[in-house]
Formats: sequence, C-alpha cells, structure tokens
Amino acid sequence: MRALLSHRLVPVVAMAAIVVLLPLLFSSAYYYRVAALVFVFALASIGLNLLMGFAGQVSLGHAGFMGIGAYAVAIGPTHLGVASWLSFVIGAALSALVAFVVGRPILRLKGHYLAVATLGFGLLLAIVFTNEARFTGGPDGMAVPRLVLFGSSVWGAQSWYWIIAASFLVGAVLALNLIESPTGRALRAIHDSEVAARVLGVDVAKAKLAVFVVSAIYASVAGSYLALLNGHVTPDVSGFLRSIELVAMVVLGGMGSIAGSLVGAALLVVLPQTLTFLHDYEHIALGLIVMAVMVFLRAGIVPTLARALDLRRA
Amino acid sequence: MPEFLQFAFSGLTVGAVYALVALGFTPIYNASDVINFAQGEFVMLGGMTTVFLGLAGVPLPLAACLAVVVTVAVGLALHRFAIEPARGASAVALIMITIGASIFLRGAAQVVFDKRFHSLPPWIGGDAIRVGGATILPQSLVVLGGAVVIVVLLWAFIERTLIGKAMVATAANELAARLVGIDTRRIVGLSFAISAAIGAVAGILISPITLTSYDVGTLLALKGFAAAMLGGIGSAVGAVVGGLLLGLLEAFAAGYVSSQYKDAVAFLVILIVLLAIPRGLFGRASVERV
Repeated sequence: MRALLSHRLVPVVAMAAIVVLLPLLFSSAYYYRVAALVFVFALASIGLNLLMGFAGQVSLGHAGFMGIGAYAVAIGPTHLGVASWLSFVIGAALSALVAFVVGRPILRLKGHYLAVATLGFGLLLAIVFTNEARFTGGPDGMAVPRLVLFGSSVWGAQSWYWIIAASFLVGAVLALNLIESPTGRALRAIHDSEVAARVLGVDVAKAKLAVFVVSAIYASVAGSYLALLNGHVTPDVSGFLRSIELVAMVVLGGMGSIAGSLVGAALLVVLPQTLTFLHDYEHIALGLIVMAVMVFLRAGIVPTLARALDLRRA
Repeated sequence: MPEFLQFAFSGLTVGAVYALVALGFTPIYNASDVINFAQGEFVMLGGMTTVFLGLAGVPLPLAACLAVVVTVAVGLALHRFAIEPARGASAVALIMITIGASIFLRGAAQVVFDKRFHSLPPWIGGDAIRVGGATILPQSLVVLGGAVVIVVLLWAFIERTLIGKAMVATAANELAARLVGIDTRRIVGLSFAISAAIGAVAGILISPITLTSYDVGTLLALKGFAAAMLGGIGSAVGAVVGGLLLGLLEAFAAGYVSSQYKDAVAFLVILIVLLAIPRGLFGRASVERV
C-alpha cells in the first residue's frame, strides 16, 4: 500500500480524478471556461517548471513561445490556408526550432544575465507581433478560426475543457517520465551544481538546451489552446506580465513539483476571476503574492505541504 | 546633414533619459549584486508624486523635494520588508522579489494616482536651441547635466567618504566587511535609498520630455537596464555612456531603418552585449567561485 502511494504516477491519478470530478460542481459554461483556462496555464507552467525547477534555469520570456503557438493557429488558417490542427503542430515545431536556435547562446548565461536575456527575447517577440499588423492585426489582435476536427468544428467551453484537460494530463505524464529518465537525473544534477554535473560526465549544455526546447513546446501548445479557447489573440499573450505570471505560477505552486504547477495556475487564474470587484487591486495582489511567496514560502505551496504531511507521518 | 544632426540630437535627448535611469541601477548592484527590477517604478514615483503634489497646490520645487523623500522611503521599505528577510536567497528569487515589488508599486500607483498621462513644465524653459539646422530643447541639456552631476556625486561618495568605502567593501565581500565592523545591512539599505533617490530625480527631470503615468516604469527600466548592461553594470560612467549610445542607436534606427522597431533596438543590444561582451564597455571582471 505504502509503495503504491509513493508511486510517481499518484499525482497524475489524483489530477485525472480532479479533471473528471470537477465538472460535477459546474453549473454553467463559465465554470468550464475558467477551468479550461486553469489547465492551459498549468500546461505552460509544467513546461516552465521543467526548466526552472529541475534544470534551475530561469526564463522571463516564456510567454513569447505562448505567443508563437497562439499566432500560429490564428495566422495559419486565416492567411496561409493551413488547416487549424496543422498550424497547431507547426506552431509547436516552430517554437522548438526558435528555442533551439536562441537557447544555444542564451543558456550559457547564468542568474541575472539569463533572466534579462530571456526577458529581452520575449519582448522582441511581442514587438514583432504588435508591428507586423498585416499578419497579426497589430495591437488590436485578430480573430482565431475554430478548430475543425474530423469534419466538425470544436465549439463551446465544455468541449474545450475536455480537450485541454486531457492534453494537460498527457503533458503531466510526459513531464513525470522525463524527470525519471536519465536526462531528468542529469537536469537535477545541473540544478544542484553545474560543475559537479560536468565532472560526472553530464553534457550540461546539451541537457539545458533539450529542456529549454521541451519547455518551449509546452508553452506553444498552451498558447495555441489559449487562442482557440478565446477565439481571439492579441500581443498581450506574449507580454512581459504574462511571462511573469507564468514564473509566479511555478514558484507559487512549488519549483520542481508538477502538481504544484496546477495549484499555482489554479490560484492565479481563479483568484482574479472571483475577486473581480477588486479589479483595480489586481496588480497590487499579484505583486504582494509574488513577494510573499519568495520571502516566506520559498519552496512553494505543494512541496511545503508535502513536507508538513511527511513530518506528521514520521 | 541637418537630418543627421537632428537624429543625433533626439538620440542624445533620449540617451540622457536612459543614462539617468541606468545610473539608478548602480548603487544597489554595487552593494548587493541585486538587479532591481523595480528601479523603473522609482522613476515613475518621482515624476508622478511631483505632478500630484503640484496639482494639490504645492510649489513645484518643494513638490520635487518631497517626491524624492517619498521615493526614498519606498526604497527603504522595499529593502526592509522584502530584500532583507530574503537574505541568502538565490539570484532568481531576488529577481522575482523585485519584479513583485515593481508590479505592486505599479498597481498601487494606479490606485493612488490615476491612469492618465501627466506632464511637468520644463525646469528650464526657453526656445529650442538651433545648431546647424537642427534643434535641441534646453530641458534635454538639463537631463544630461543631471546625469553628469549624479556621476560626480556618486564618484565623490564612493572615493572620498568612509561610508562609500564601506559600500565598496560590502560589495567585494560581505562577510569580510562585517568582520571589520561594517554594518553591512545598513550599507545595503543605504544603497536602496540612494538608488531610489537617483530614480526619483530621474523621474522629475525627464517627465517634461517623456510624460509620466503609472506604467512608464517598466519600459524605462528595461531601456535603462540595457544601457547599464551596455556600459558595464555597476559602473556609473558606463551607465551614462551606455545610455547615450543606446539613445543614439535608437534614434538612428528609427530615422534610417524603421521607427516601428525602435523599441526592439534596446533588446537586441541587451542580447548582443550579453553574448559578445558580457562585462559591457566599462564593467569589472567577474570571478566565479565554485
């Protein structure tokens, strides 16, 4: 029993149960929409968490990859006549390619410098999305055509909830498998000490680049879903604040905890929706949460809770 | 030729703004190796507080002084309540804290002030100065002069006062500094106060040129940071040279290449500098211990 409880797929089973049972509480399409948003951001957070929590590399520009995914499903069908699902795949491939090309030089940097370089990269993408108005509609954004699957178009928050939640679960399983793979071990070694990892024969540059590319694909997929769910996309999708939100979700839920990414995303998506009467104070709250977590709860919510439970059991 | 000169002048004007903002990064970075992402909000606070005190009937020079005091208080609070309790945190954690502070201050400014753009009258009025068919505003020279004065004051403070030396010692090795009796906590706090003051002065001087609103901080901080990077972060002279260079690059890019992409120049500069000359033009060599 105990071995069963400590199996690495326990969090996935728990999350799958949440996905299936959650709709029992939903009384309108609005709930499905908010929940779908949670899973979109949880998916992006998982990718970023692989980079931050396991490889120990920060990225303040990950919304840039969300932007690539989002604009891919908007521009592909509208301007290029590429089917929506194919644009989705192409967006992910393009994000991977961009991450591969950009990551090689950028990931040599550390700490502050890496943060600033990724930030600059994300902003550059946002500037491109704003300025190439012929394709992107400029600052006002553009409409996103509906996804057509097997001859019928996907419609309604409920359908999107199931599609996105299922993708989230697949993403979570893949991430957990990656963590337990030799690459995952190499990543954690890099997190603890890059020099020690190198001494033990880990190809540090290659491992970092690999996880950067993987995390970019997660972000791109999440971006595509976000655009399809909203039916509209603006350059804000890849804005600086979006990138910060993603990082906040990761650190809030807990770096290195896949379930934590879901918790972090849920908090930062649901809180502003429920506290709409405090709309003017949204930024104050976000700023305070980020600061308070970094100062008082450095491990994040899920790891802190897990440790507290472990202590009680022991 | 007048066209070239005009681009150069507008580049120097914007460059002086970036230089002033970039200078604000140096004290905190020198004392504690923290890159303060809330530096742009100090600039915003300086400008906005002056504007609103002015609207409330306070004479502008007095309003400007009070704005500096307010911003310094905010800087000290940031150090006391967010940076100090997180001692020993990783670089990433410190970045997140200052980013959190930046979002918080922006949100607070939106509530306390408003969401509109405001301007200040130029501190030195008069007509635009004409040189060789191009014009430059006297206020641009005020901003440039302000940057020079701050560089000289910072240099005098670091080189000529005991506290300045203590700051250098704290930056070099905090433990060793404490062992020779320096209250490093207070020194780092002081560096936040100085950075906040420089930011506020920058905001007050540049508002007549750039306008100000609750959200000007982010872009200004990023441009200022790019300038500081270019010049070599931690070097006051580097901040000014980097600021002017960045301003000129932007102006010529806007004039000769594409005005839409002028904001992209700063970020391209950041990426190129980081990858090609990570120490910047005037930066000190860094040694990493493992």
